[in-house]
Amino acid sequence: MQELGKAETNSTRIIRQDDKRVIIEKDLDTEYMVLSMGPQHPSTHGVLRLECITDGEVVVEAEPYLGYLHRCFEKYCEKVDYPAIVPYTDRMDYLAGMNSELAYCITVEKLLDIEIPRRVEFIRVIVSELNRIASHLVAIGTYAIDLGAFTPFLFCFRDREHIMSLLEWISGARMLYNYIWIGGLAYDVPADFKTRVAEFVTYFRPKAKELYQLLTENEIFVKRTYDIGIMPADVAINYGWSGPMLRGSGVKWDLRRNDPYSVYPELDFDVPVPDGKFSVVGDCLSRHLVRALEMEESLKIIEQCLDKMPEEPNFNSRALIPKKIRPKAGEVYGRAENPRGELGYYIVSDGKSTSPLRCKARSSCFVNLSAMKDLSKGQLIPDLVAIIGSIDIVLGEVDR
Amino acid sequence: MSSSPSLNTWSDALSGFSIGWFPLGLVIVAAIPLVFIALYALTYGVYGERKISAFMQDRLGPMEVGFWGILQTLADILKLLQKEDIVPTVADKFLFVIGPGILFVGSFLAFAVLPFGPAFIGADLNVGLFYAVGIVAIEAVGILAVGWGSNNKWALYGAVRSVAQIVSYEIPASIALLCAAMLAGTLSMQQITMMQAGPGGFMHWFLFTNPIAWLPFLIYFISSLAETNRAPFDIPEAESELVAGYFTEYSGMKFAVIFLAEYGSMFMVSAIISIAFLGGWTSPLPNIGGLELNTMTSGPVWGAFWIIMKGFFFIFVQMWLRWTLPRLRVDQLMYLCWKVLTPFSLVSFVLTAIWVINH
Amino acid sequence: MEEAANQMSPAVQQSKAAYDNIKERFGDAISEFDANPTMPFFEVLDVSRWVDIALYMRDNSLLQFNYLACLSGVDYPEEQKLGIVCNFECIGKYTHKIAVKVKCPRDGGSIPSVSCVWHTANWHEREAYDMYGMVFEGHPDLRRILCPEDWTGFPLRKDYQVQETYHGIKVPY
Repeated sequence: MQELGKAETNSTRIIRQDDKRVIIEKDLDTEYMVLSMGPQHPSTHGVLRLECITDGEVVVEAEPYLGYLHRCFEKYCEKVDYPAIVPYTDRMDYLAGMNSELAYCITVEKLLDIEIPRRVEFIRVIVSELNRIASHLVAIGTYAIDLGAFTPFLFCFRDREHIMSLLEWISGARMLYNYIWIGGLAYDVPADFKTRVAEFVTYFRPKAKELYQLLTENEIFVKRTYDIGIMPADVAINYGWSGPMLRGSGVKWDLRRNDPYSVYPELDFDVPVPDGKFSVVGDCLSRHLVRALEMEESLKIIEQCLDKMPEEPNFNSRALIPKKIRPKAGEVYGRAENPRGELGYYIVSDGKSTSPLRCKARSSCFVNLSAMKDLSKGQLIPDLVAIIGSIDIVLGEVDR
Repeated sequence: MSSSPSLNTWSDALSGFSIGWFPLGLVIVAAIPLVFIALYALTYGVYGERKISAFMQDRLGPMEVGFWGILQTLADILKLLQKEDIVPTVADKFLFVIGPGILFVGSFLAFAVLPFGPAFIGADLNVGLFYAVGIVAIEAVGILAVGWGSNNKWALYGAVRSVAQIVSYEIPASIALLCAAMLAGTLSMQQITMMQAGPGGFMHWFLFTNPIAWLPFLIYFISSLAETNRAPFDIPEAESELVAGYFTEYSGMKFAVIFLAEYGSMFMVSAIISIAFLGGWTSPLPNIGGLELNTMTSGPVWGAFWIIMKGFFFIFVQMWLRWTLPRLRVDQLMYLCWKVLTPFSLVSFVLTAIWVINH
Repeated sequence: MEEAANQMSPAVQQSKAAYDNIKERFGDAISEFDANPTMPFFEVLDVSRWVDIALYMRDNSLLQFNYLACLSGVDYPEEQKLGIVCNFECIGKYTHKIAVKVKCPRDGGSIPSVSCVWHTANWHEREAYDMYGMVFEGHPDLRRILCPEDWTGFPLRKDYQVQETYHGIKVPY
């Protein structure tokens, strides 16, 4: 950390030295101010703390402090059985519980090497894409509120409410679902699930467009985010960025395409990457843009899944769930594309126990946030807020 | 002009009334609009803002207290009155306590020269406009006192931003108002209004009699948003950056006073813009042939009605902008002031001068 | 050996090819290739050469492991060792992946830091230090990251005993 103290403008000069007295000319003292932003601050999205060293409005350096929400996820995992970890994964990225569950379940399934019914796969993809839209809505809404626009935030939450009630109807819970289980699902979907999801898709399309016009095409919004917090592609990769953050830097990298899992290879969707016409590649606006465009792609995926999903009367979604999950000795690193990037699990099994020897969660927000210190150097405080917002952190996942 | 002699007599009699040396009547005359505005600001301003924002955001807003939540503000006031009045131990107590008072006084002093009708005016100063523009600057002192006295870094940031903003935006705002003064040839608020009165209704307003006036009108409107710290220029209280800006440490009644001052100055700038460009208390309706709409809708009560309606309209536009637009950044705000608004206000000043010379 | 190579899935074969490249360069410094289907990996035997290996893996034009997906600390109580497991991947030119294990003694062991090679490693190494207590030599800012600074013990070690009180607050529930 840069040495704290007097700013460089401060200088002392001896201008005249008489026989008896020394006249010293001194510039006015300017000192750096340490500004502790958070853990209770409206725009740190939870309990992140940034220790900013500021020179007026300019942030000289910002050091993130984490751990206020640390709940020993990895320690718990070593104590409980494999299926009992699923609810804990919900609590990591609580805005995208389905995606967290999916990532965990496919990792364990990879270790178990078991087949999943096709209907289950499609339902998993539908719910996790619905959750991706919900998560992006929160990301966009809170980003708008970070930049001072209140109305888009409430528009986002209004639409997210429809997804929440859909998922509640399916799983019984609004945020912490415990719906995707290892080898299957907790329940099959209700009877007119397809109609209601299709209704939502038709409802949401114009709303997403409205949101785009209200926020993304707003002159002030563009001014606030354009050319701010630029991250070049190679540095982004070196920082381990993933998801919309990496795509915002112009790297076409989406695990649903590049390391396909579930039924994604059968589906037709684009991976939106900023082309540099509307935004500078790698700036806050690009990252926002990627999220805004991804919602449309998710809608496409949901529509295709609804078409392709096999109808099976009296389908038992728990039929193939192993009674006792005890994988053979080995280790696995499995991952899935979360709304915030690559959510990976590194699991070690000793072949004897029903709980993992080691379960490490590779949290996308944690990795994305680690670039904060570099990104914030020399930015204005309002830009710092814009950058934090564009990283779209969920502290539950950062601190685990 | 359409001033009503009977009301003038009545108000003259009232202002002449005094108990001993104390001119009670004069105080009452001056207080009537003030009390009205204070009540308005507290109840309908806050309620209106909450309802308008709610409708813009697809929700209902306050619905619980009274019919359609109409008593919500009263409940809020009761809550604020009951709250503990916290003064932080490390705060500069004197400044902390006096700051909201300065803010309040600053925003309400200008009401003295606002004409609410042909007879309703606290003091018809011959430098009324000048006074109104000048007295607003006291708010900057109040904000600085509040921000510095809180001994809170966020509050200090908010205060410094706010003072920089108010001082900067006063320049284009004053030059824009000067255009109106030039068109009227006077600085007296009452006479500026009278210059825009006539049987043609809105056709006599400066905004419509003069092809240039829309430019100072827009400049003043934008600057007034910045002067009252309203979105998209609400950076001094930018809640996502500075928590709550200069009043972060305030609670209870002191917070309510700051809030009230903000709504007061919102109405004040709205009234000034209506007086300078939209004819103040004059009726917008023209006389069409035998149908004398203008004459019918003029008079002391109508005058107060019209200026308050015009004020409400601008407050509505302010709220509309607030709930639509994101916030500018500090440097963008200053850029807008010094590199866009100030040059354009000078241009409009020159153009208005040419117009006035040629007419 | 040939038979085993035939049975490997394409992904594991790619990893094997990458491994062969590294093995050629570093020889005995790294162990044999573990071609399991879920996470093919090799171990760094000569820990002091870990940074060289890392730089080679990142910069060699045939490897280009520019993306450190995950770095996890692991406890190996029966070997009396602590270790890290790194999952590498190439974004861009190639699609190969590989995992690397680096181990150090349990008490007072240290591993060279690769945070200068991949920025990702910076916080992940801090996390591994926080949870397991191995020291990363050359790390620019090795502090605890998730636990409080004055927490005692390293929580994810298998023999971890939770402290009774923390600033007067009872810890175990």
